[in-house]
Amino acid sequence: MEQAFFLLIATVAVGAGIMVVAARNPTHSAMALMVCFVQVAAVFLLLRSPILAVIQMFVYVGAVIILFLFVIMMLDVQAEARTRFLKKGVTVTIVGICLLGGEMLALLLGSDLLFAQSANLLPDQMSSVGGLGEILFTEYLFPFEVASVILLTALVGAIILTRQAEEGR
Amino acid sequence: MVPLSWYLILGAVLFVVGIAGVLLRRNVLIVLLSLELMLNSVNINLVAFSHFFGDFRGQIIAIFVIAITAAEVAVALGVLVALVRNKATLEVDEVTIMKG
Repeated sequence: MEQAFFLLIATVAVGAGIMVVAARNPTHSAMALMVCFVQVAAVFLLLRSPILAVIQMFVYVGAVIILFLFVIMMLDVQAEARTRFLKKGVTVTIVGICLLGGEMLALLLGSDLLFAQSANLLPDQMSSVGGLGEILFTEYLFPFEVASVILLTALVGAIILTRQAEEGR
Repeated sequence: MVPLSWYLILGAVLFVVGIAGVLLRRNVLIVLLSLELMLNSVNINLVAFSHFFGDFRGQIIAIFVIAITAAEVAVALGVLVALVRNKATLEVDEVTIMKG
């Protein structure tokens, strides 16, 4: 049952991911990416980490995609949709991407050692948010604070970047 | 029970799709969206290992990845808006101010 759910979610996620890359209109790409992010949140639920699924929904679907849609709304995407779709000289790039994908899949499918090792463990004992918070606020307290400073810096940086562009006109 | 390899393969496929978007498309918005897709596929890997090895640290790294991504998107979209105001283009090939 869980495998069927996973296959459904993975199919929709990969299809939406291909839509992101293949869609001509950036608005369609952003919407497809939103679908993909919801599927990834469902994958997190399958992995018994509900807090990450909630963060995924809030941050990615609620903030990042909406930010992208606002920027797309501010810019003129209709002119962009009419221009050339791909870069020049794509054959080498496509061959490289296919090689990379084949290599990754071959490594994953060929690594019996990793999966033999992980099959012995009991993964069903860590669905609690409490244990996660305990580690996050004790062992990882300093990186947590650093992340908050980085977020503040990014906030100030984004405001300064857009304001300077306005004054320069 | 879904095996670990399925999650890793899903992550790898999404990563390759994201790389294709970054390398092939000319629209800088699509490049940024594909970047988000790649970061998400890495998160799937982190959480999958965290779940199957019974260790919370993978989830914590994933939370940090999400936080840094939020900062990155804010700055990247600020740069993008400033760029479009100065240059009036969305194509990555035409942004050559720094001779890159």
